[in-house]
Amino acid sequence: MVTKMIKKIEIKNLTVNYGTKDVISNLNLDIYQNEILAVIGPANSGKSSLLKCLNRMQDFNPSARISGDILMDGESIFKDEDSTFLRRRIGMVSPLPVGLPMSIKENVTYAPRMAGCKDAQELDFIVEDCLKKAALWDEVKDRLDSLATKLSGGQQQRLTIARALSHHPEVLCLDEFSIAIDPVTTMKIESVLSELKKSITIVMVTNVINQAKRLGDRTAMMLNGKILDIDRNENLFHGQVNDLRTKQYIEGFFG
Amino acid sequence: MFRPSNHLILKEIKEKKLKNLLSTVTFFLFLPALIIMLWLFVKGSSALSLDFLFMDPIEGMTAGGIFPTIVGTFWLVIISVLVACPLGVIAAIYLSEYAKDNTLTRIIRLAILNLAGVPSIVHALFGLGAFVLFLKMGTSILAASLTLSVMNLPVIITSTLESLKAVPQSYREASWNVGASRLQTIRHIVLPNSIPGILTGVVFSVGRSAGETAAILFTGVAFYLPFLPQSVFDQCMSLSMHLFTISTQVVGVPDAYPYATALVLILLILSMNSLAVALRSYFRTRRKW
Amino acid sequence: MEIKLTETPPLTMEWRKKKGSKPTGERIIEALIKIAGVSSILLIGAILFFIVKESYPFLMGAFDFKEFFFSTEWYPASVVKIRYGILALLCGTVMVTVLSMLIAVPLGLACAFYISEFCGPRLREIYKILIEFLAAIPSVVWGFIAIMMINPAIIKLFNVPIGLNILNASIILALMSLPLIISVGEDALRAVPETYREAAEALGATKWEIATKVLLPAAKNGLMAASLLGVGRALGETMAVLMATGHSIQIPQSIFEPGRTLTATIAAELGESPKGGEHYQALFAIGLVLFCLSFIVNLTADLLIRGKRQ
Repeated sequence: MVTKMIKKIEIKNLTVNYGTKDVISNLNLDIYQNEILAVIGPANSGKSSLLKCLNRMQDFNPSARISGDILMDGESIFKDEDSTFLRRRIGMVSPLPVGLPMSIKENVTYAPRMAGCKDAQELDFIVEDCLKKAALWDEVKDRLDSLATKLSGGQQQRLTIARALSHHPEVLCLDEFSIAIDPVTTMKIESVLSELKKSITIVMVTNVINQAKRLGDRTAMMLNGKILDIDRNENLFHGQVNDLRTKQYIEGFFG
Repeated sequence: MFRPSNHLILKEIKEKKLKNLLSTVTFFLFLPALIIMLWLFVKGSSALSLDFLFMDPIEGMTAGGIFPTIVGTFWLVIISVLVACPLGVIAAIYLSEYAKDNTLTRIIRLAILNLAGVPSIVHALFGLGAFVLFLKMGTSILAASLTLSVMNLPVIITSTLESLKAVPQSYREASWNVGASRLQTIRHIVLPNSIPGILTGVVFSVGRSAGETAAILFTGVAFYLPFLPQSVFDQCMSLSMHLFTISTQVVGVPDAYPYATALVLILLILSMNSLAVALRSYFRTRRKW
Repeated sequence: MEIKLTETPPLTMEWRKKKGSKPTGERIIEALIKIAGVSSILLIGAILFFIVKESYPFLMGAFDFKEFFFSTEWYPASVVKIRYGILALLCGTVMVTVLSMLIAVPLGLACAFYISEFCGPRLREIYKILIEFLAAIPSVVWGFIAIMMINPAIIKLFNVPIGLNILNASIILALMSLPLIISVGEDALRAVPETYREAAEALGATKWEIATKVLLPAAKNGLMAASLLGVGRALGETMAVLMATGHSIQIPQSIFEPGRTLTATIAAELGESPKGGEHYQALFAIGLVLFCLSFIVNLTADLLIRGKRQ
């Protein structure tokens, strides 16, 4: 139960356009501190684009047009011309596992090193801490210096999560993180996430409705770049919806 | 049992015929080239000796060796690569990592394309007008090397661009995602994984500039010099130019001499290319992804 | 299952607190990268500028459009009557280019077709290495081959007095542009999606039918671009044609007569012409003509390749 409702992120009138069609249109959304917000919805409804706006990865997409504003801790994230520092505050886990072509250890310490951390002890600690959180430590602790690209898909996905945690983000965004992971590992990571939310805010895009139900404090239903419904889980998953399509989607009738 | 109909058998015969025809054409296309090369080797190797490699040409270039031309070629190639390589690689980095899809980028691409297509003799004119006369370098190794690097620039840019593009975009995104800047991503992700390809391209371009003649014709190469170049402001001789000279301008050269010179030039270029091919296949086996 | 998380990591976390904008060093480096990025534009501009600069006095002075392009009289060093007509040179260039392309384009495209459609992977590798090898042979060596090997061969085969002629240069140019035509042509053929071939095969088409009715139309632009790039190469080639064409400034009446190309003229005469003189400037004007020709050819080839992609 979230007691204090501090707004961590406020999205105001966000519209995203990749050239022809609005992928996200006029979206308003508040994300509270220390909650897990699950975002569900059928494919192409703008969920991933929304996450990419949060850490300004859209800067790298020349065809993206963005209007509206996003506030983090009350300050616009578009204020600085350079978005590198913003991305250090946000952890992002993409749906496809990417092990950078370097050793496992270098993968996890990549972000802190890029941010200027040179202390070997500190880096060692981060490696162990983050790999444990991503439920990967036991499998790789003996071969931290081997190439990350040689890991299996599921392991690389957990490595991606470890990397996203390595720079101690304030907000963690996960885009269908369980797509390449087996159910047992998924459960492990889910329990870590519920633990993590004590200290950070988590936004999670998922196609698994049960995952949203299990893990989320609130769930948002997106369709065609709009939020149809957003409510606390106990309400949303018990029939209290604004839009009939949300109910249908949750019950598996469409999408 | 299935028996193919006459129609199908006919079809197969036709196909065979076409294949044979094409393979014959291809084979005979490469055959003369191979024969020519073989002949070069046979005729040239008789004059090839350590003396030939390490002696000065004497008696009006009708006897002796080709040592100064080898030295000159090395000067030219090394300086031109030193200039063209960093510039070309950085230009390729700009195109691959920074350039947006806009008019400027299109113009840059067009410029590279045309730079690659400009005839080498026009490069020579440019080198003469810009480096020798305007920048007052005189006919010197420096001017000739710079002309060569302008010629090689598009080659290096294109090959570097290819190796940069071969690095999966997902690596870049993963790097940006954790808060690495563009420059850090280039330095730590893109370059380490494309260096092999870049290197291969550069070695290829070295081979190319070693054989170039027209571009250095009026910018820094002399027909004959009695001394070795002491600095980049001196003129030099070059293997390619020497071959041109003794096969067209000097009378009374024994036949074996130009053959041997051509052989040395080709061997030099071939060894560069083999090095590039070897590098390429070596790095291919050691790819990290 | 219990996963322990460290509550307060023993970290200084100094690096985590850094905020603000891009460091100045990075800004400077990125500015330099951009300058290097536009260097090609600057260079192509500089080439044009210096060639125009050197030929400017001639273009403004002795240059006469009609004489320059339509007269065969090229007497730049004559004492009696100086003439600057490049028609003969232009004809030489056009003749060797056209003839070499007549040889190289059909052969090269057939070869590209064989290598991309019929060849086994191992044979393809061998051919590719051969192509690279051929492409690496410098033009001065080709010129040498023209003098030493093709010259006597032509004399013997066709029973003509001199073997350094248009035919010789065309053969050499054909051999020189083949690697380029083959590799670009092969790229174009390989760019045709595999599904096209599969669909045609499923319909029972023979390889020949696939080639003429499926691949040729689909790769048409790429193959044309390959030929055009070959033209560009032949047009701009200097040393080999200088050595192979013989030296005769006239419009060749047959392929067994010697001629002279634009490029060879510059290479042969620039050394002898006094710097800054009218002759010297006229040679730069020829360079300008060459620059424009190659510009047009390359631009068209690029448009063809690009047009296909869109």
